[in-house]
Amino acid sequence: MTTSVITNVDTTGLSRPGWFSRALAGNALPVLIVSIAIIIVWYAATIYMNATMQVDQFERAGQEWSYGELVAGTMSQERPLLPAPHQVIAEMTKTIFGKKITSKRSLVYHSWVTLSSTLLGFAAGGLLGVLLATGIVHSKALEKSLLPWIISSQTIPILAIAPMVIVVLGAVGFKGLVPKAMISMYLGFFPVAISMVKGLRSPDVLQMDLLRTYNASRIQVFGLLRWPSSMPFLFASLKIAVAISLIGSIVGELPTGAQAGLGARLLAGSYYGQTIQIWSALFMAAFLSACLVGLIGVVERIVLHRMGARQ
Amino acid sequence: METRYIRDTFCATSLLLMALSIALGVSELPNGAFVPIILVIPAVFAWRGCNRPIDAWVVIGGAVLGAFVIVEGVHQQPLVGRSNAGLWIFLLAIWALAWRGIDRVANYSSLITWRQRLADIAVPIAFGLWLLFLWEAVVVGLSVPQVLLPPPSMIGVKFAASLSILWADFVQTFLKAVVSGYILGCGSGLLVAVLIDRVPFLQRGLMPIGNMASALPIVGVAPIMVMWFGFDWPSKTAVVVIMTFFPMLVNARAGLGAAGRLEEELLASYGATYWQTLLWLRIPASLPFVFNALKINSTLALIGAIVAEFFGTPIVGMGFRISTEVGRMNVDMVWAEILVAAIAGSMFYGIMTLLERYFTFWHPSYRKST
Repeated sequence: MTTSVITNVDTTGLSRPGWFSRALAGNALPVLIVSIAIIIVWYAATIYMNATMQVDQFERAGQEWSYGELVAGTMSQERPLLPAPHQVIAEMTKTIFGKKITSKRSLVYHSWVTLSSTLLGFAAGGLLGVLLATGIVHSKALEKSLLPWIISSQTIPILAIAPMVIVVLGAVGFKGLVPKAMISMYLGFFPVAISMVKGLRSPDVLQMDLLRTYNASRIQVFGLLRWPSSMPFLFASLKIAVAISLIGSIVGELPTGAQAGLGARLLAGSYYGQTIQIWSALFMAAFLSACLVGLIGVVERIVLHRMGARQ
Repeated sequence: METRYIRDTFCATSLLLMALSIALGVSELPNGAFVPIILVIPAVFAWRGCNRPIDAWVVIGGAVLGAFVIVEGVHQQPLVGRSNAGLWIFLLAIWALAWRGIDRVANYSSLITWRQRLADIAVPIAFGLWLLFLWEAVVVGLSVPQVLLPPPSMIGVKFAASLSILWADFVQTFLKAVVSGYILGCGSGLLVAVLIDRVPFLQRGLMPIGNMASALPIVGVAPIMVMWFGFDWPSKTAVVVIMTFFPMLVNARAGLGAAGRLEEELLASYGATYWQTLLWLRIPASLPFVFNALKINSTLALIGAIVAEFFGTPIVGMGFRISTEVGRMNVDMVWAEILVAAIAGSMFYGIMTLLERYFTFWHPSYRKST
């Protein structure tokens, strides 16, 4: 049998690439090294940017200082121009694990506020996108009249007018989750709609013709052919949509007077010069974004696998 | 053979609704006398069928006339009970009529290029005007509070009245912050993409980070930039630079790898150097990707600059105007500013699209498809 022949070949004599060159060929090691380089640059920048203020501080205290003390000082300021990475991480551990989840000082609480409106907006936006795409694929009049406006709707910086939407909706009694989710929805529907139009049109002519010879109705064509073949497009666009939905929620939290949410943490931090707080909110947002995109990636893999796609 | 008396259901629906609205007294409105005249149009086409292009224009003409009657009507406040119900039913009738017209024009196909192009442009414009009309009619007719949503006519008046303020804001936000940040951000993204082209190690290390960074809420760095670079436009420029850098880096990298194997081998067989291949083959081949990034960035840049202004700004700028006028509940001014942003954003995007057509005319997406 062929398999046994292959396993019986003695490979010990052949030179195989060592672990180092194998690691070098992959992505993990380069990413690691570049990340380390970024952290080193960050520390250098911390020392450089905070030095003037630290020297000021020493001189005001009338204190003799050495360079060692200067470097240590730049990394332990209360309100540094640029906080060192370990300060941000310390602040994050303190506000994530050190506080009760329901406390207003807990980063988990603020993340949850942002996350809930992101998810609501994302779900609504995804649904709207799919519905619009379905309409556009099936009606030429809808396609010609709606599609140009969908595209130009995104050249309007909606994110920039988000505060107005929030304040105005708040003035007529809509508060909290819904207005923020609406902004997320507006941002999130676009990539889904555009890419689903492409996806629902992706079945090739032969397959469409086959269903035609079977006398399939439009609904059957949609369920049996268009929808399944649009799955890769759907997931690719959902990843983009969830990332910008998060951005929408964060910006939507800016004008509500810094009540709750990651956006509110950013705004409060910038009012009171709490740079460490700003950076930890930023890191949390980045982490959330990465998790959400990763989660959709997992669902994508499961769905595509069950549909028989080969990885 | 089966004889069909009603050839067009949309026109028939419109006819029915219009008759109902007349029964409810829509003719009592100012200019309501036009309604029975408009009624003739769906009546004719419901039986004749609406097939020729000229029919579509007649139907649309009728819808436009009806729209004028409605706009005149809703501005006559307060509406009397009977004609009020008639007005909304008349609106539905006009809707059916307009839909029939747009549907016909959308399905119009001609071998004569200018006619086809005219039809293709007319449909979205008609749709946009229709939305504006609907907005005006509903907001005025239902007396929606102006704080919630002002009618388009009011926004137009405000826009025309405050051109000088809007222009100053435009100069501050767009011409100073957006344009400079856009050029710096896109330029440096492109430059880094070319520089790391010869270092596969850096590519593999930097690209996953770049890919991740383009999905991050980068706009959050705005408060930090305002802290570092002050309140005036340089801090906004910095935000725009950071926001536009990563999309350009990622796209330009993808573009530099887009040249075909055959073409590369051809140039290699000519003995072309690395730089010659880069200049004559790989950079031109990357242009569709680069323009893609330029188009994405045109929107991002405007967003970045306006959002950064929420974190501190001198007393001029589009973001500043939006946040202060919202606080004073001058919503019409805010909408005028949004109009400026929309025009600026669309123009910016449009210019990029035109440049793209000029430079990448060879790309398959611009070839005529049959």
